[in-house]
Amino acid sequence: MFALKRKTKGEAFFDIVNNLVMLCICFLTLYPIWYVLVNAFNDGNDAMLGGIYWWPRMFTLKNFDAVFASPGIMLAMGVTVLKTVIGVALHVFFTAMVAYALSRKDLVGGKLYILIGTITLFFNGGLIPTFLLMRDLHLLDNFMVYIIPVMFSFFDLIIFMTFFREIPDGLDEAARIDGANDWSILLRIVLPVSMPVIATIALFHGVYQWNDYFAGIIYVNNVDLQPIQTYLFRVVAQSSSNTMMVAVQGSAATRSVTSQSIKLATMVVTTLPIVFVYPFLQRYFVKGMMIGSIKG
Amino acid sequence: MENKRNAEVNPAMKPLIPASIETGSGRKKTLWRRFVAQRHLQTMALLGVVWMIIFNYIPIYGLIISFKEYNIVKSIAEAPWVGLEHFRELFADEDLPNVIRNTLGISLIKLLIGFPLPIIFALFLNEVRSIRFKKTIQTISYLPHFLSWVVLGGILATWLADVGIINNILLALNFIDKPITYLAEPSYFWTIIITSDIWKELGWSAIIYLAAIAGVSPEMYEAATIDGAGRFQKMWFVTLPAIRATISILFVLAVSGVLNSNFDQILVLRNSLNDSTSNVIDYYIYQTGIVSNRFSYSAAVTLVKAVIALILLLIANQVSKKINDTSLF
Repeated sequence: MFALKRKTKGEAFFDIVNNLVMLCICFLTLYPIWYVLVNAFNDGNDAMLGGIYWWPRMFTLKNFDAVFASPGIMLAMGVTVLKTVIGVALHVFFTAMVAYALSRKDLVGGKLYILIGTITLFFNGGLIPTFLLMRDLHLLDNFMVYIIPVMFSFFDLIIFMTFFREIPDGLDEAARIDGANDWSILLRIVLPVSMPVIATIALFHGVYQWNDYFAGIIYVNNVDLQPIQTYLFRVVAQSSSNTMMVAVQGSAATRSVTSQSIKLATMVVTTLPIVFVYPFLQRYFVKGMMIGSIKG
Repeated sequence: MENKRNAEVNPAMKPLIPASIETGSGRKKTLWRRFVAQRHLQTMALLGVVWMIIFNYIPIYGLIISFKEYNIVKSIAEAPWVGLEHFRELFADEDLPNVIRNTLGISLIKLLIGFPLPIIFALFLNEVRSIRFKKTIQTISYLPHFLSWVVLGGILATWLADVGIINNILLALNFIDKPITYLAEPSYFWTIIITSDIWKELGWSAIIYLAAIAGVSPEMYEAATIDGAGRFQKMWFVTLPAIRATISILFVLAVSGVLNSNFDQILVLRNSLNDSTSNVIDYYIYQTGIVSNRFSYSAAVTLVKAVIALILLLIANQVSKKINDTSLF
């Protein structure tokens, strides 16, 4: 980068300072995560002595053994995986389907439908009326409460619509001449060419599904139905003022495992899947976000 | 429901030629015929509309319980009207000024610091010459966006505990003599909320600006270089004006969300000890409604909040229209 021509002293200085600042930002971003990781792999009692900053002092996998041995955590993990997979599939398909219909300029009533949707961007009933609705729909303590109420989003629909409008008309016309109806055009042509935007919306909604703990708190009393984040919230965050007093229901808690070390290990286990997925989706969502932001 | 009705329509009507006569009844008929011809598309669209009516519009209608004495055993329609009683009670509540102060305080500081920082970050990241380094920084910077607030709450609790790393460092440097329990001190709550929010979302928020910057024509920079502009001048006179529209739309959205206090984050980090600075409108709604079961009162708070938010949105939109000629509507 120093090989560029016509670079003045001032420019070179700017580059050095700028790169240093960027390195600092990287460090500040990564270190808190690294700190948790290191402590999660360290012996619990030893970690309580403090002073572990860069590498585990007494490396152990016991914390993770304790996490995986606890039936509550594994069940909650199962609920989360299930609601993320089903939730994303349904959200993407349903939103894309409505977006496909609304992206057609000749749709009878299209303007009205879009008005109905736009209003939902700015007004909502809020927590209490929504809670009462869930009760009336018998969605309380029901797995579907994680799926159906977030199956559709008008904001995501706008992103889909912007993308669909860019698809050349010729593709659609050719299919119609071959006798395809709108359903088969959607399934066989529009969706397959829309991978970048599908990946973007899938990522947005996947992160939401994976990380949401609030639905588990207000709509679900049954412990067997709670997602991992709600489980974590109940164990970790509710006692943030006195972190050392947390009682973890880990069955395999041995002497070298403390409530604190189990907490850290649970946090790592909870976060790992999503951190593994995101580099693969990255090239899609940067593109997808550009579609959603600039033109929309 | 819609699906069935549409499917049962006589298929003989399917191949149709658009009628060209635009008389009253003829036009109506044409519209209906077009509707029927589009029955597959209409099914798709109406499924979405029905979903929105159930999950968006019924809750909006449900807000009328704020003018009623809602009882859990009766339906919303059956509950007796009580007029403005809940609103009177709300404005007489001693907690209210504090709740509003916390909500506006946290949001305005977020707006003041949290809004410009991603723009500044994007501007300077754009100046990084090595493409690989730039990509690496970007990837790292939005990693925290993928952590949940629950996990982040756990990280913060670990860092800020009396035996946590922050206390250890400050003790070692002799800045303090005894450990501080940050999450139990009301005076630290806003700082924790705002800093952690910036840490989590800085890189993610910058993506939109970076995308907008990527759309700026290179010729503009070449012209500026020929005119003798330096790095900062190019940033100020070329890049910033080019992304002004994006900034102003996002600003309007940010202002309209001023009363939304990132509830996920607050719920994780608040506790009874820091309640005096952590009780925000959204928490107040949750507390009175879900925890104390005062449904009608809680709905009244929601309604007041919605009205104020709407006014703020309209003001921000007008200002943006005047200054930048860009607006949401």
